Amino acid sequence: MTDATDAKPFRLLPRLDETNEYFWTSGAEGVLRFLRCQDCGYWIHPWSPRCPSCLSKNLAPEAVSGEATLHAFTINHQPWIPGLDPPYVIAIVEFPEQIGLRLTTSLLDVDFDAVTIGMPLHVVFDNYEDVWLPFFAPGASS
Amino acid sequence: MTEFGERGAVISGIGQSDVARRLHRHPLDLTLDACLAAIEDAGLTRDDIDGIATYPGNMDQPPGFSGVGVTDVQDALRLNLNWFAGGLESPGQLGSVINACLAVSAGLANHVLCFRTVWEGSAQGAGGRAGIGAGAVSGGRSGGLPRIGSFMQWTLPYGAASAANWIAMMASRHFHEFGTTREQLAWIALNGRRNAEVNPKGVYRDPMTLDDYMNVRMVSWPFCLYDCDVPADGSTVVIVSRADRVSGLRKTPIHVEAVGSAIHGRPSWDQWDDLTTMALRDAGAQLWTRTELTPTDVDVAELYDGFSFITLAWLEALGFCKKGEGGSFIDGGERIARDGLIPLNTHGGQLSSGRLHGYGFIHEACVQLWGEGGERQVVRPGDRQPEVAVAAAGGGPLGGCLLLTRR
Repeated sequence: MTDATDAKPFRLLPRLDETNEYFWTSGAEGVLRFLRCQDCGYWIHPWSPRCPSCLSKNLAPEAVSGEATLHAFTINHQPWIPGLDPPYVIAIVEFPEQIGLRLTTSLLDVDFDAVTIGMPLHVVFDNYEDVWLPFFAPGASS
Repeated sequence: MTEFGERGAVISGIGQSDVARRLHRHPLDLTLDACLAAIEDAGLTRDDIDGIATYPGNMDQPPGFSGVGVTDVQDALRLNLNWFAGGLESPGQLGSVINACLAVSAGLANHVLCFRTVWEGSAQGAGGRAGIGAGAVSGGRSGGLPRIGSFMQWTLPYGAASAANWIAMMASRHFHEFGTTREQLAWIALNGRRNAEVNPKGVYRDPMTLDDYMNVRMVSWPFCLYDCDVPADGSTVVIVSRADRVSGLRKTPIHVEAVGSAIHGRPSWDQWDDLTTMALRDAGAQLWTRTELTPTDVDVAELYDGFSFITLAWLEALGFCKKGEGGSFIDGGERIARDGLIPLNTHGGQLSSGRLHGYGFIHEACVQLWGEGGERQVVRPGDRQPEVAVAAAGGGPLGGCLLLTRR
């Protein structure tokens, strides 16, 4: 392998199946998709066969804006995974589409001292094999 | 008030194996030591035991997390059981004890061995602490790289491999909303250490200062090394007995006054509605709906400290201080000292006396109620022995608690 992935940190990757492929591959088209109830509009994460709000089975993946705010974070200093060197920022981000719709992720291109809860973020994808991992970077998307 | 089912249960004896950073002994060997010590402590015999409860059951991963299940103990002691249960999906580690309380109250068993065994110190060896997801990887569909399923798929790709990371994020939210500081959080660790200093089974017993805490290496901000419990080897047992089957036993039984097992939000580390509270919010609140006692009646509080922030959250959940005020409540360490308003983690907790994973807290609650604490024994104002104790375990989406009395 001589492609650009050699320069990237190692990432453990999700095992794709019918419950998560729409999420982990949506970045191929530059958007972030969650499952959404087509009857009541509730955003569903992680996957479920019925809407947890109205119990409808009429669900489909839909794109969100990709904007988010920082809800909680930690700066990890412990080397847990060989090839993924600390320090790095782990974050829980919340999406404006729905209160409580969140992801655990990691922040890219961020000064550790400038990380503050509530800061605006936008999604940035990084492709590993057949997976597009959503990361987040400071500021609104341009 | 309704006579809730847990009132039909008492704790009749306790036992613990050797406890140390690394013992290099088989976990079943440790477990049997603790079981036999508890049976003797209660004044029971092996033939009296007709129930077993444990958390989490026998598991291969993470390394040293378990290794002993119900059937291992049943077979090793050749027990005839009328009831048993083991498993991960319960209100925290002490959910197994709550199960036993309900079983004896329902008349399914008379005397239940409840145990928790860990050997993470030996199993993880010199390789450093394992992340929870270390065993969660399995074959991928391309490239031969390991692939992650289940809930860890949402955290491991981002290097969030441990509850240290997940709970640290909850602490960051508490810091943000309420102005809590590392200097305040330090007192969970410092209080644990000063209690471990006088616990012969303490794992780390050298004095610790606030400077030590502030200068030790970071693990996952805001958690430094001393905010994280220490992997250890040991087995802990409590015997839960049917309240009307304890005449003639060696000790005055400890009554189970109330339990808390509730979880009213999403069972998730990141989708939980209010990250500053965790599931213990609901278990703690439920406990006080099942008793006429109140937090001011409690003489000792033994509250889970897998990570320091969890203890702070339990203090708030159980009403020892108001929501958001945990930081100022513990600041300076006076209120939580052995001679303070609410003596906390009087054995040193898991931060200094080893990650016995929940059971160390209920063991210590019983030690204090029976007045067996030796140099660390709490004596309340007026030269009074502790009469009411709370034991709580779990963090994140796991939490369960028991209120115990010797009245």
